[in-house]
Formats: sequence, structure tokens, C-alpha cells
Amino acid sequence: MDFELSEEHRMVQNMAYDFAQKEIMPIIKEHDRNHTLPVELSSKMAAQGFLAMCLPVRYGGAGMDYISMGIVSEAFEWADTSVRETLAVHLGLHTLPIFQWGTEEQKQRFLPSLATGENMACFGLTEPGAGSDVGNMNSRAHREGNHYILNGEKMWITLADVADRMMVFAKTDPEAGVRGITAFILERGWPGLTTGTIEGKLGARASNTGWINMENVSVPISHRLGEEGEGFKIAMGALDNGRFTVAAGAIGSMKFCLQESVKYATERKTFGKPIAEHQLVQQMLALMQQRIDLGELMVYKVGWMKNKGIRNTRETSMAKWYCTDAANTTANDAVQIHGAYGYSDEYHVERHLRNSKGATIYEGTSQIHQLMQAGYILEQRQDRPLRCELPAYDPDVWRAEN
Amino acid sequence: MNIIALIKQVPDTAQLSGTVNGLALMEDGSPRIVNPWDEYTLETAIQLKEAHNGHITVLCMGKPEAEEALKTSLAMGADEAILVSDPAFENSDSLTTARVLVAAIQKIGDFDIIVAGRSAIDGNTAATPVQVAALLDLPPISFVAELKEVDPQAKTISAVRLLDNGRETVSSQLPALISVVKEIGEPRYPSFMGIRKAAQANIPTWSLSDLGLEANQVGAAGSHVSWPRVSLPTAPEVTNEKIEGDPTEVAKILADKLIADQVI
Repeated sequence: MDFELSEEHRMVQNMAYDFAQKEIMPIIKEHDRNHTLPVELSSKMAAQGFLAMCLPVRYGGAGMDYISMGIVSEAFEWADTSVRETLAVHLGLHTLPIFQWGTEEQKQRFLPSLATGENMACFGLTEPGAGSDVGNMNSRAHREGNHYILNGEKMWITLADVADRMMVFAKTDPEAGVRGITAFILERGWPGLTTGTIEGKLGARASNTGWINMENVSVPISHRLGEEGEGFKIAMGALDNGRFTVAAGAIGSMKFCLQESVKYATERKTFGKPIAEHQLVQQMLALMQQRIDLGELMVYKVGWMKNKGIRNTRETSMAKWYCTDAANTTANDAVQIHGAYGYSDEYHVERHLRNSKGATIYEGTSQIHQLMQAGYILEQRQDRPLRCELPAYDPDVWRAEN
Repeated sequence: MNIIALIKQVPDTAQLSGTVNGLALMEDGSPRIVNPWDEYTLETAIQLKEAHNGHITVLCMGKPEAEEALKTSLAMGADEAILVSDPAFENSDSLTTARVLVAAIQKIGDFDIIVAGRSAIDGNTAATPVQVAALLDLPPISFVAELKEVDPQAKTISAVRLLDNGRETVSSQLPALISVVKEIGEPRYPSFMGIRKAAQANIPTWSLSDLGLEANQVGAAGSHVSWPRVSLPTAPEVTNEKIEGDPTEVAKILADKLIADQVI
């Protein structure tokens, strides 16, 4: 069992952290204060190949593996959650489901422009009245000839008001519960499709969060992803990718908070000595490192499972639950260590505290994940084989030009 | 166009903190990075390669772990990398280092230009590039901020040098050696394709015997300069000065003082 990052992964890590340091850190505080999306970063991320890093070269991707996606997610959130969210949503929640479930025609049609960033994408599952209970969604789709007509509203959708393409879910069979949900790809500009931004968030302020309204939106059958009734499985599979990036990102946030806390604690003096020499501060630092060490083991095991093509819904859920709670606690302690300065946005730790709260809610609340884990333990929940599994990583195939 | 890029692996000074001082960073096993000035070296070399259909060989003298810096160079876009490493090379001064690098360059063969960074952040002598040029009887152009024109066919180069109080444009014949400053242009990030290729690359290591040098020509034995002691600087006496008055006037006075002290 080799726990070391490979040479390739170490180079990805160095590059991604370098990008985070040089491109994200200098601008993020201002965007966070102003609640603005750093749109200039999307083109840089696209040019560097981040937006399709774990997609085969023949679809415009960089041919890297899923562990690389975790490493980059960690590095981005070391700087700020908002940029990691862009990656998570565009790649993990929209692009990879098309790679997993799309026909070859759909892959050729949709993936290349997602890979280049020509089209940015989002994932519309949550509704005003259906978050954890997604099976209770109100969005509806009915077939008319070669089109579906969609009606409904999605809310709390990252990149809703800026994305060019939106993966949304609607019930084609309302009587069938979750088995009646179907997935669709919508394109901005279609009649009846409108979006807006939700203001006033506690955290992730440098990200765009919004709503999608569908009023008799006509969707061609070519834009249905998977079969009718497969939407719930597609959504849950997408969340296996998104949650992985969330968990990996939480590691990055914890590393940043620990690093800043050590720096502050070794410089700030009280009662004649650096506060790093006070035991209760040392305890907080030790617990931060413990959470990082545990989280890394979980997250990178999930990456390994994805590479091997092993179903990882349970492990991803556990990693997301643990790492996001851990990151919130770590950021709280970082603010505590910084004292009054931690309460000011002059230092970055308060931003990590605000950001980290959101991660314990989206992509499955911590409570939902606990219920999932209990379900697995009590054998009330089983992961059955899917018609389309997320492809395992095969470097020879993924790196081939054709 | 055949381009040779000289790089060095150095301690990661970003790790300096209240608990990690400069002496700790110099110890074996502490984090190492590509010398930041050499990232500009690589960017310059890659731009020359792209403009003139060139080939880049990156050369690094260091301990075996310096291979990581060479892999980064390949990932950024260099074509070939060579590590020059031997226990006999340890404690080389800048001239001896230049002697070793020259032996390696002569072993590589023909070249049109050698590119180096203005200095390494550990020794910070800025002497090695010029010494390499002198030993190879090449014209050195240091502190290059801009390449005005490079013509491999005509074997000419025109560059802008950054001076303390301005800039000067110089011209020379090729082959030449240039050392670059950060104004030359921001270094690119390694690409994913570059990373994949670099991870699989085999980097040859040339030792003392491979270069045809004798032990008394290198390392401490071959050096005129040694470092008997390296210590931390003593903390300076700090005096505080309060500038009072109208904010605009205060800002002007502060700016003048910072310029006079060469802080900005």
C-alpha cells in the first residue's frame, strides 16, 4: 500500500498551489467583500486545463486522473471556496455526468466546449421546497413529439446566473417518486428560461449562487441525459463527484487555517511569550493537524477508488461529512487563535469560517450523510450497479488523441 | 535554435516563519524549489524556442534531489534536462560552479544561446552566469528585461538591460549568455501534458568523471571562496518615527523616505 503521492501528482500539487497563490489569493478578498465572481479566473482556469482535467484528451480534456481533481480542489480551496465551487460544479457535477451517462453523440456535442471553457456549466437539482428531499421536487417535464416541455424553479444553484449550460432535473413521471425524475441539459437563451442571482450569502461570496426558472422551456430530445426515469441516479452519481471535490477542498481550507494559525501564534505574544507556547493554543493546533491527517486518508482513498472504477458513494459521503464538519471546526479555532484580528477581514481566516459553513449544508447536509451512513450500516441502503458507471481511469485510453 | 538554460534548486524561502529560520532551511531534507529567478530563465528559453523552432536543454548542478527542479523545467516546456551531480562538487564557490557548468555545456555541444537567472536566492552572488560566459569566451548580457531582437541566422541579439536608474539597449553576436530579470515576462505554469511527460522522463546524471574534471578542480578543493560560518543576522535596532500632518503630505513624506531607503 503506497500512501505517497506519485511524482506526477506532486507536480500537479505544486502547480495548483502555485496557481492558487499567484492567481486567486491576490484578488479574492476584494471579490469576497464585493460579492462578485472573479470572472477573469475562469479563462485562466480553462487555459490551464483545469476545467476538464479528468476527461479524456479525445473530448478536449487533459487526460488526468480523479486524484488530480482532488489535489486541485484542495489547492483552490486553500485560497477560497468560491473558485473550487466553480471547478466542482462545472467539472464534477455537469461535465463528468455527461461523460458517464451521455451517448457518444452527446459527448462529442457537449464535452469539447465545456473543456475549453467556451461554455460554463452548472447543476440545477435543489428547489425552493426540495433540498434534502429532492424526490419531492416540483419541476415537471412532459414529452411533446421530439421535445420535452419543462416547468419549474431551481434555487441555490452555483453559477446559475452566469452558466451557459444547465443540467436540470424534472419529473417526467410524478407518480413514480424518485424513479420518475429525468435529467436535461438546458442552454442559456432558450425561450422561457431565466436566471437570477441570490444576494446576501454568509460565505462563498466570490461565487455566483442563483435561481433558474423554467416556464414552458422546450428541450429537444437530444438534450435529455440518460433515459427517462434515470435522473435521480444521474444526480446522485454527479454528487459522488461533487462531494469528492468538496471534501478535498475542505482539506485545503484546513491546511490554510493551520498554516495561518501557526504563523500568528508564533508571532503574537501574550504574558511574555508567543501564544503558541500556551497549551490550549497548542491543543487547537494539534487537533487541526489530526483532522487534516484523517481527512486526507479518506479523500485520497476515494480518489483511488474512482481511478479503479470502484463504486464509492459510501466512502465519498463519509469523506464529505467528516471533512466539511472538520473544516468548519478548524476555521472556528483559527479565528479563535487570531483573537480580535480573526474577527476582521484583514486576516483571511474569517472568510474560511464563513465559507466552511456552507459546505456542511450543500451537496448533502451533514445530517443527510449521517442518515446515509446509518443506512449502509443497517443494510437498509445498498448501492446497486448502474447502467452507466463512472469510467475508471485508464491513462492509455484517456491520453490518446483519438 | 539550440538553447541551454541554467537553473538551480534552492531552499524554499516561503517556508521562513517564526519557527523556521534560514539556517533550518539550508539543512538537508528541508523543502526545495526551482530558484525563482530561474522560472524566468525557463520562460525566456521557452519563448525563444517557440519563436525560433528551438530546442531547450536545461542544466542543473546540485544534489540528486535537484532532479525535481529539472522535472519542473520539463513540465514547463523544456525538451531535455541534465543533472550534474557528484559529492565532489559540494562547497563549490561561484567560479568553481561555473567551471563545472562549462564542462557540462561543452559536453552538450553546439548552442546558440545560454539563458540564466540574474542570481540564486541562496548565495545571491549573481556571479556564476558572468563567470560561465567568461570561461566560454562568450559575451555576457546581464539583467535582461526585454529581448528586442534575436536572429539565429544572422547570429545577432539585441536586448534591454535593467539598470538601477534606467535601461540600456545592447547588441551582441550569438552565441551569447544572457541573465534575465523578472521584467522579462511572467513564467507560465507547467501544463498537464508537460507534467505527464516530465513524470516519465529519465534525466541523466553527469558526475565528475563524466565531465573529465579532476577532484582538485571542483568543490572546496577547487574553490577560492569558502563559508566557514553562516549565521542569522542580528536583529537591527529599530527606531520609530511618527510622521504627522495632512494625510496627503504624510503620504508624500513616507513615499520619499521609502524610496530613499530603497524599500520601493
